[in-house]
Amino acid sequence: MRIVFEKRKTLSRKAIFLVPLFSFFISLLLTAILLAIFKTNPFITYAAMFQGAFGSWPNFTETLVKAIPLMLAGLGVLIAFRLKFWNIGAEGQLAFGGIAATWVALFWSSFLASWMVLPTAILVGMLAGALWAGIPALLKVRLKVDEVLTTLMLNYVAILFAEHLYYGPWRDPKGFGFPGTPPFPEFAWLPRIAGRAHLGLVFAIVLALVIWFILNRTRLGFELEVIGNNPSAAQTQGIKIAKNIMIALLVAGALSGLAGVCEVTGISRRLQQGLSIGYGYTAIIVAWLAQLNPIAAIFVAVLIAALLVGGDQVQMMMGLPAAMGLVMQGMLLFPMLAGALFTEYKIRLIRPRTSGSLV
Amino acid sequence: MKKSGIILALVVFVLFTWVFFTGWGLGPSKAEAGETQKAAFIYVGPIGDLGWSWEHERGRKMLEEKLGDKVKSTYIESVPEGPDAARVIRQYAQQGYKVIFATSFGYMDPMLEVARDFPNVYFEHCSGYKTAPNMSTYFGRMYQPRYLSGIVAGKMTKANVIGYVAAFPIPEVIRGINAFTLGARSVNPKAQVRVVWTNTWFDPVKEREAAVALLDAGADLIAQHQDTTEPQKAAKERGLLSIGYDSDMRGFVGDSVLVSPVWNWGAYYVDTVKAILNGTWKTHQYWGGLKEGIVELSDFSPMVPQATKDMVAAKQQLILNGSWDVFYGPVKDQSGKEVVAAGAKMSDSEMLNMSWFVEGVIGKAGK
Repeated sequence: MRIVFEKRKTLSRKAIFLVPLFSFFISLLLTAILLAIFKTNPFITYAAMFQGAFGSWPNFTETLVKAIPLMLAGLGVLIAFRLKFWNIGAEGQLAFGGIAATWVALFWSSFLASWMVLPTAILVGMLAGALWAGIPALLKVRLKVDEVLTTLMLNYVAILFAEHLYYGPWRDPKGFGFPGTPPFPEFAWLPRIAGRAHLGLVFAIVLALVIWFILNRTRLGFELEVIGNNPSAAQTQGIKIAKNIMIALLVAGALSGLAGVCEVTGISRRLQQGLSIGYGYTAIIVAWLAQLNPIAAIFVAVLIAALLVGGDQVQMMMGLPAAMGLVMQGMLLFPMLAGALFTEYKIRLIRPRTSGSLV
Repeated sequence: MKKSGIILALVVFVLFTWVFFTGWGLGPSKAEAGETQKAAFIYVGPIGDLGWSWEHERGRKMLEEKLGDKVKSTYIESVPEGPDAARVIRQYAQQGYKVIFATSFGYMDPMLEVARDFPNVYFEHCSGYKTAPNMSTYFGRMYQPRYLSGIVAGKMTKANVIGYVAAFPIPEVIRGINAFTLGARSVNPKAQVRVVWTNTWFDPVKEREAAVALLDAGADLIAQHQDTTEPQKAAKERGLLSIGYDSDMRGFVGDSVLVSPVWNWGAYYVDTVKAILNGTWKTHQYWGGLKEGIVELSDFSPMVPQATKDMVAAKQQLILNGSWDVFYGPVKDQSGKEVVAAGAKMSDSEMLNMSWFVEGVIGKAGK
């Protein structure tokens, strides 16, 4: 008897509904076992996590604060992934966008009208993010350089460059030597909507809709899909692959760059440590869990953000060590990611004579 | 189509938790009536770092022990400095905690932001300089025991090169390096202190790597301003000596740790919470030293000779009786220029803003 994975010929509607649901309960169950081992009541822990993420209006706005960069960077990642361009570089694109926005906010106000500083910062930040994604894209289409390596490496370059700036030339002279730039002038602050949740939320939602429209209703979207699914077919049809990859990656970088802009102008209001805390990597999880659907990405980002915020509750209310929160996040995500396999594949048991399918 | 599964999962998550648990009365507990007050502690590293956060946790335990039923305390560890901290501080404030202790410099601005919104909660920030009517700062004159530990280092180094693994080029750390160097050179004018910045409080791997780099560069004794015991362990593995910090690291590493300048937060925590219970708390900037006992020098390793111990004791006595302190002139900077004249002394504000190295330090006080 053998077990084989067989690709589903058509996506089963039932599977699309049931698989994530089922995975989610498996996640809860596995984590519950883990918690039980630590002599903690899993139900109370889940309740505490939920309470922390959604239990009150201020808590919910804090969840949104975490969700916004995940939404924007997640959108950037999923556009690239649709082309099977493995953009691991959202973290660096985010950081570089943040750096550029800081540059504008701190140094351009002397020759820009103050109302122009914030829009300029947003624009320049997005361009910087696009540049940071454009380099690996260009290397890929011209020289066939593997994008996983280049995007990943550029993360370190951007993060270290940011560190250099706030430890070095841009460090706040009034900051008692502590690393971080001076605070931005007030006109360079991104307006906050509720609590600390800022205008980035509106950007993310609008952009998700626009991207959904482009991907599903335009010629560009169609071409991108063909390239992603079958590059040689795309070529024979006369689709310009290189040009499309460049366009998609510049947009992807701009989105992650915007995430960085929003972080520095909306949350920290200066460039400092804590800009690069893994949003760009978590965005990859967001993109996958959303199955590369831009609208789903918005909701998934909120869910993941809730998990991150809820992880604190595990410590604050349950008294578990910090590491436990991280383990729980992993335990909750893993079955959900693994489960995605079953929407496209089914398991077949092949017996010597008869064969029947499960699932 | 695919999104529907995700949305469904989300809805189920919401319903599942809502239906089953909201009835369990887990809402944010309101400030309880009666005597018991709740205190929260925020740590930058894990309590298992055996250094900085470990010592604050020891202080928290002493608070619970001393005040018993009057206070209920909790902690959260490994909270990144920066925007995330604001959320954590705010949540504690919302959950009815009466006093919140934030124990790292980078929590200062987030704490100030939250303090404005919760005038009835007391905020205590360790090592910063910003205050509010309901927010105080507290810290210790760690430079005093650091000077004393420098005497031991100056006496025990044979290569006359001491390696110093340092976190951030901020005044607190620079002050410590300077005090240590002054102590070492007071007994050994040839001693040099080489500094490597790690740019992190807590990162066992980076801390170790920095120590190894210093040992490779010829240092035969390691001191540090970090949160873990890794630099000391790196020295021990080469059969070399070290000076501890934060906690008495001899207990964790062995007798190769000659002595450690250590923190005693407990007494301050007890006094502060008592003041809150009695309604006598006022905004303050606490900066106690050896005399107050918030900082002290640990016991010596048996490897330290008696003569050295006596030298340390003599200097300690001068500090304790107030007749002398570390940054009394003459003090020269790296270039040999006299910064504090003989007979003069540095003021607290000068010490709190220190951004230059004294003579004998090899390294840059900025990045």
